[in-house]
Amino acid sequence: MAQVFHRSLNSISRFGIVGGAILAAGVALGLAAAYRSSLVTQVNISRAQPVPFSHKHHVNGLGLDCRYCHTSVESSPFAGIPPTQICMNCHSQIWSDSPMLEPVRKSFRTGEPLHWTRINDVPDFVYFNHSIHVHKGIGCETCHGRVDRMPLTWKANPLYMKWCLACHRAPEEYVRPREEVFTMGWKPAEDQDLLGARLVKEYHIQKLTHCSVCHR
Amino acid sequence: MVVGKSESFTATLQEAPLIEPGHSYASMTEKISDIVLTKPHPRSWAIVFLTGLSLLMLMLYAVLYLFIRGIGIWGINVPVGWGFAIINLVWWIGIGHAGTLISAILLLLHQDWRTSINRFAEAMTLFAVACAGLFPILHTGRPWLVYYLIPYPDTLGLWPQFRSPLVWDVFAISTYASVSLLFWYVGLLPDLATMRDRAKNRFARVIYGLFALGWRGSARHWHRHQVASLLLAGLATPLVVSVHTVVSWDFAMSIIPGWHATIFPPYFVAGAIYAGFAMVMTLVIPIRHWYGLQDFITIRHIENMAKITLATGLIVCYGYLMEAFMAWYSANPYEQFMMHNRQFGPYAPVYWTLIFCNGVVIQALWFKKVRTNVKILFGISLIVGVGMWLERYIIVVTSLHRDFLPSSWGMYAGTFWDYATFLGSIGLFLTLLMLFVRFVPMISGFELRELWWKLNRSAKDEASDKAAA
Ligand code: HEC
Ligand code: HEC
Ligand code: HEC
Ligand code: HEC
Ligand code: HEC
Repeated sequence: MAQVFHRSLNSISRFGIVGGAILAAGVALGLAAAYRSSLVTQVNISRAQPVPFSHKHHVNGLGLDCRYCHTSVESSPFAGIPPTQICMNCHSQIWSDSPMLEPVRKSFRTGEPLHWTRINDVPDFVYFNHSIHVHKGIGCETCHGRVDRMPLTWKANPLYMKWCLACHRAPEEYVRPREEVFTMGWKPAEDQDLLGARLVKEYHIQKLTHCSVCHR
Repeated sequence: MVVGKSESFTATLQEAPLIEPGHSYASMTEKISDIVLTKPHPRSWAIVFLTGLSLLMLMLYAVLYLFIRGIGIWGINVPVGWGFAIINLVWWIGIGHAGTLISAILLLLHQDWRTSINRFAEAMTLFAVACAGLFPILHTGRPWLVYYLIPYPDTLGLWPQFRSPLVWDVFAISTYASVSLLFWYVGLLPDLATMRDRAKNRFARVIYGLFALGWRGSARHWHRHQVASLLLAGLATPLVVSVHTVVSWDFAMSIIPGWHATIFPPYFVAGAIYAGFAMVMTLVIPIRHWYGLQDFITIRHIENMAKITLATGLIVCYGYLMEAFMAWYSANPYEQFMMHNRQFGPYAPVYWTLIFCNGVVIQALWFKKVRTNVKILFGISLIVGVGMWLERYIIVVTSLHRDFLPSSWGMYAGTFWDYATFLGSIGLFLTLLMLFVRFVPMISGFELRELWWKLNRSAKDEASDKAAA
């Protein structure tokens, strides 16, 4: 009886076994890398907004404090997105006929708020609170990056649970003096190890890693 | 009888032969492979296959509804959070153990009678593990996230809870499934090659040829095959004991009355082998009849299996006694209440049925008349299967439904969906098994030939072998 398969199938199948294993490992690595890349996390990718609002102009150029616009960041879980009224404090006077600002003026006339596109958004099953972080000396920059250099806002961190936990497990590596929370580009004057350890004691910072801290 | 058997084998063969006389290498190979290749399949095969397939469809329906609505459709709730899913998992996993015992431990112990049933029993193991594996996956409620159970560097920054026996279960069962699959497949290789060579149809030759991995039967092939089989048998041997031990820890590591007991591991392992051998008999008895395999699966095989069933069944009975004794001896009011509640509470009928199935009925196996009567044995092995399922029901439900706090007591009963999924898993099992019988030689041909050679060697051959060595 003739052979069912040609001789060459021996090498093909050997190659197939090795190749299959490499392929499987490659696909697994590729998926893992994709899940961590900005393709999925949107880190460093700016989004179109109804008005091309620039933190770079307003924070860096004009020197506005975050709290001027994000009014509730110190007192509530929600940092707050400024109402049109706040923009109009200035833009009823300056650049008042700029075509780029037409949506702001329209919103002011009609009373319908601007529909900003969300950048940072944790899933609904996660509880996040700004005020505690601000009060325990975690700077906006630590989580949101150099906002003062963003012509259009983007996400600076993936907001994966692992990322939250990295700080909750070792807050001393990130904590800064309360006065510096809103400062952009702050550098510790002394060694962060010493400063961090001191501040953790001073602010009574705990290591909150129970599941129910964030999943309530 | 074939002439010229060696002395040592005459002694063992006094009861009944392992292979009925009148066979040759060719006739054995032909008989086994013709079942798959040429013979028409009996009507009973078709009936069982279709029954299995319909039950499987019922399961698909139940599982689809489960995915849409969530596990609320099952009977589980506070306080009984572990219902049918866990009962079925333990039951199926246990059944699988007989196959591994037959193929690994009996191989290492040189028990020749394993030869004609090992392939079949191993296939049963695989399919039972497949059914078992389904239940915890469905029980998670979000089966698409089941990969959370595997430790891998994820973006949550979490590992599974390594201190939990539920995680050990994942490792135990997945190891068990992969070793069983490998062992079965390696054992199948020479026979797949036989099928490839004997098949007339080109398509069958290509398929069997692909799965035979280029087996040509050279001395080197046989050598490697033997080494691989022995290594896998060595790997599988501890699994016979470890897998069900880990499963029992799911219960024993908790502090629930009736679960927190050191007797659980041996008691579970014995129960597993007991249920498994009963299942092998339930399957082998009709199939041997349909395909006229009485020559290879002789009454000697059946009787040996009945003996093991009896022995392990008695260990299980000892477990029942010890549970009751320890509850009393511990002087712990919760344990005592649990035992009282089991025996006289709302689930008492289930408990006593279980004692009847596993404690009373199997005593019949003390009699050789019963052990050699296949019809009665078939009935007994079905009863054992039911008994073992009820045992798990009692363990899971009676301990949970009334524990420490009377204010949170409750009752449990499976819903239609519980039963549909359970029956469906039996359907899956039967479907896979009938496909196996249809497409794979269900008796290991090359091992049977080897056994034949051993049994038929003359004393003179043996002497000349010795001289050569
Ligand atoms: C002039 C008002 C103004 C000031 C001052 C300002 N912001 Fe904003 N901020 C906005 C507006 C409007 C948006 C919504 C549009 C956008 O996302 O770009 C926004 C959005 C953001 C977002 C993204 C919100 C999201 O959708 O996830 C972050 C983070 C943020 N600001 C941080 C800061 C920080 C940090 C400062 C201080 C350094 C600051 N902002 C100062 C007006 C302001
Ligand atoms: C403190 C006053 C002040 C406030 C409050 C303010 N802006 Fe401005 N904005 C300015 C000034 C000044 C400029 C011109 C900056 C430059 O060109 O350097 C400007 C520029 C802009 C421009 C660019 C206009 C163009 O035509 O180039 C946009 C868009 C804009 N602001 C949007 C907003 C929005 C939206 C808000 C409300 C969230 C806001 N601004 C709040 C002072 C303000
Ligand atoms: C510990 C990290 C962290 C720090 C520190 C932090 N934020 Fe946020 N911020 C977040 C997260 C996470 C979200 C998304 C919250 C959500 O989806 O509910 C967010 C959302 C926002 C938003 C969108 C509105 C909202 O509250 O959802 C603004 C605006 C904002 N942050 C501004 C600030 C400012 C200003 C500061 C500094 C005072 C700051 N954040 C400090 C993590 C941080
Ligand atoms: C850079 C450091 C840092 C990061 C990143 C961070 N946190 Fe925190 N978080 C803290 C500190 C410090 C505290 C205060 C601990 C204490 O109470 O002593 C805190 C407290 C909390 C609390 C407690 C609030 C309460 O009322 O008990 C919640 C909730 C929380 N964080 C959620 C999150 C979530 C969700 C993320 C990720 C999206 C996150 N945090 C990321 C530093 C961080
Ligand atoms: C510091 C805040 C924080 C703590 C503490 C925390 N988580 Fe999370 N968790 C998150 C955030 C943020 C997400 C969403 C982002 C993501 O999926 O990575 C998340 C997502 C998850 C998810 C994924 C859910 C889904 O369907 O995608 C699971 C599961 C989870 N957490 C489990 C836990 C467990 C278990 C613990 C306790 C050991 C825990 N978390 C503690 C912040 C936290």
